Amino acid sequence: MDLNARIPSGPVQEKWDKHRFEMKLVNPANKRKYSVIVVGTGLAGGAAAATLGELGYNVKCFTFHDTPRRAHSIAAQGGINAAKNYQNDGDSIYRLFYDTVKGGDFRAREANVYRLAQISLEIIDQCVAQGVPFAREYGGYLANRSFGGAQVSRTFYARGQTGQQLLLGAYQALMRQVGAGTVKLYSRTEMLDVVVVNGRACGIVTRDLVTGALETHLADAVVLGTGGYSNVFYWSTNAKACNTTAIWRAYKRGAGFANPCYTQIHPTSIPQSDERQSKLTLMSESLRNDGRIWVPKRAGDDRQAAQIPEDERDYYLERFYPSFGNLTPRDIASRRAKEAVDSGRGIGPLKNGVYLDFAHAIKRLGEKTISERYGNLFDMYARITGENPYQVPMRIYPAPHYTMGGLWVDYNLMSTIPGLFVIGEANFSDHGANRLGASALMQGLADGYFIVPYTLGNYLAQGALDEVKRDDPAVAGVEQEVRERIDRLLKINGNVAPEEIHRKLGLLMLDKCGMARNKAGLEEALAKIPVLQEEFWSSIRVTGQGAELNQALERAGRIADFFELAELMCRDALEREESCGGHFREEHQTEEGEAKRDDENFAHAAVWEYTGNGSPRRNVEPLDFKDVPPTQRSYK
Amino acid sequence: MKVTLHVWRQPRPDQPGRFVTYTANDITDHMSFLEMLDVVNEELVAKDEEPIHFDHDCREGICGSCGMVVNGRPHGPQVEGATCQLHMRSFKDGDEIWIEPWRSKAFPVLKDLVVDRSAFDRIMAVGGFISVRTGSAPDANAIPIRKESSDWAFDAAACIGCGACVAACPNASAMLFTSAKIAHLGLLPQGQPERLERADRMVAEMDRAGFGSCTNHGACENACPKGISVDWIAMLNRDLLKAKLVGTNS
Repeated sequence: MDLNARIPSGPVQEKWDKHRFEMKLVNPANKRKYSVIVVGTGLAGGAAAATLGELGYNVKCFTFHDTPRRAHSIAAQGGINAAKNYQNDGDSIYRLFYDTVKGGDFRAREANVYRLAQISLEIIDQCVAQGVPFAREYGGYLANRSFGGAQVSRTFYARGQTGQQLLLGAYQALMRQVGAGTVKLYSRTEMLDVVVVNGRACGIVTRDLVTGALETHLADAVVLGTGGYSNVFYWSTNAKACNTTAIWRAYKRGAGFANPCYTQIHPTSIPQSDERQSKLTLMSESLRNDGRIWVPKRAGDDRQAAQIPEDERDYYLERFYPSFGNLTPRDIASRRAKEAVDSGRGIGPLKNGVYLDFAHAIKRLGEKTISERYGNLFDMYARITGENPYQVPMRIYPAPHYTMGGLWVDYNLMSTIPGLFVIGEANFSDHGANRLGASALMQGLADGYFIVPYTLGNYLAQGALDEVKRDDPAVAGVEQEVRERIDRLLKINGNVAPEEIHRKLGLLMLDKCGMARNKAGLEEALAKIPVLQEEFWSSIRVTGQGAELNQALERAGRIADFFELAELMCRDALEREESCGGHFREEHQTEEGEAKRDDENFAHAAVWEYTGNGSPRRNVEPLDFKDVPPTQRSYK
Repeated sequence: MKVTLHVWRQPRPDQPGRFVTYTANDITDHMSFLEMLDVVNEELVAKDEEPIHFDHDCREGICGSCGMVVNGRPHGPQVEGATCQLHMRSFKDGDEIWIEPWRSKAFPVLKDLVVDRSAFDRIMAVGGFISVRTGSAPDANAIPIRKESSDWAFDAAACIGCGACVAACPNASAMLFTSAKIAHLGLLPQGQPERLERADRMVAEMDRAGFGSCTNHGACENACPKGISVDWIAMLNRDLLKAKLVGTNS
């Protein structure tokens, strides 16, 4: 597997400029002769399709939603980072770069991260010009806030709906191109496979979700912006339809899958109230600024919170981390919550949460101040749980939230399949082993607006691409395989809803490949996943037909791919004999119980190659840290 | 708790639909309304019956996918919330619940509770944007904007495109949706150059798509999960009138 990252030479500050000059351009008159497929219409896909259309390429853009504006980017709350230094507090491109490499626990590629920090400036300019209503100060200039423990205020935000406003900006840019005829939009159309001919990506196979018709679309290049795979855990903060199918199909056609075990578990989500609950809802992390996290000291303590006296409570984060207290980073806060619950001290009806208590803050600051700061979050909590957080402590528990792993891409965001580009959360590129708050929106838009439109042009300009014929057996064969798979799902004829087995997989993954992992647990999961997979393929029932709107079939197809991915995640977690960022191997921790990296043996991206024989091959892209020397994180 | 559901089932756009009655057993009051439907659906699948089809995704009230008329009200008996934010504690044991799709000529039913809302995309494609090329933007702070205008623009931009306004309107008008976008962009300096053309073109497309006219009922504002105000409709009408009087480039 060719894992040459094609990082331009020269100092990190000059690489992107130099590369932009060196890349070949497509003559404006020739652009319309090239066709590009973009799958996904979130921040990355929507921005890419709009920009490529604007440049003059013939773009076909696909989304399984009823409209591009539904993509899950819309649910991002907090904000988007940019090194504008509008607050004059000492921010710079270099500082954003530094913070992101360090936050990723030294498992990201320096050159990519530096470029991301550079582009962050242009993103804010572009979004404001599109009419994104970012928060402003009374003087009319843009407001910023500090987010996720950053020491500078570099986060731009639009109330608690930043993702929504940025996505609508990208959606509007996309619809403008649809109106202009440069982008043809295929809504309610799901990509089910990639067409690769002579080692080059040249199309996709789709299913029209209304009629069920399969179709093969050919193009000169394919861009995937299809998001992350947190739903492998069943219970996550992701939208219900988020899935791995697009990138998983690409993996099985030869695209390397990098660091599948890097997942982020967000500490402040509302705990599950019921086995049948469909998803988890995130509460903004800002609540930890004033809330105190605790559990009873004694396991099995069934008293109401108010009846537990102060000296029988364990404010464990304050105990472990006297200087950071309740504001320790996401991965640490999550892991400690799991420990508390696992030790039998979980609270709530299902004993599956920890308290986030505002009683002290309300006493100190008054209910009015707390309501001004967090009113909308308290209302949201009350709406979901039916409890009043002004009177009883909130219950929280960590939830899978983001996946740093994804398809491997080089500096040009091209996967190991020439012609297949991967952007946004779907690739593995910029966040290393842990993503910082307000960085996902930045990366999606950087990839979509400002990177892939250039690098894709360079690919197209590099020389004549062989013409691919529709009747080539390599093309027709893919659609046939997709059809056979659908028929297989429809013919299982069991009596179990696919979701039931997905929940079993989720429980297993949360337990063995979630916040903390160990060798025995991962090996157990690797033994159990094939059993669940077999159960899925023999006992589920997919009702209805293939040639109609059939949501049961859609769901079953997506769930089927999660079993295979889960296996790869466990393999990756097992082979990575170190702890880093969101990947915590219990065997590898410091005496204080913190993640212990092994830079000598694991300063690399692990890139998995599909072999078809059940044993994927692990390849390695070494990571070089020239500008940010690796250090151990400490929050004591 | 146990509730009785009367759900609109329609296999295809060109076939007639009807209400089918189901019982939802073992429902807890902290379940969301859609989770209650998930439970019913898993039971239907086990009996080899097709699950009730409905659009949904984020389940936290922001993506705009979900939407059904519950007991005669779009998004059901709650103030400012999407169907996914409705919880079963709003109902009591033994309740009968009627569930229907959005009803509007411009939103044809595809199956059960799933409707085709692509008419909204078509309205957006003719003018719901600011024409700025990627890369051509000036520095973000080059255009100071009054905080108040920016906040108003946000209020209008909070629309999630769910279509409840159309479902609630006796004329099935899309004026609230269309005006929210026209107001969002029209309240900002960046949106001024195309302001009149935008109103002219989006309203024309709205008419072409088969939505009705606004007769100031205000049912849309009541049903809107994001509290979008009918004031924006007044702003749209003013822009439209101005476009007709002074003419546009298009």
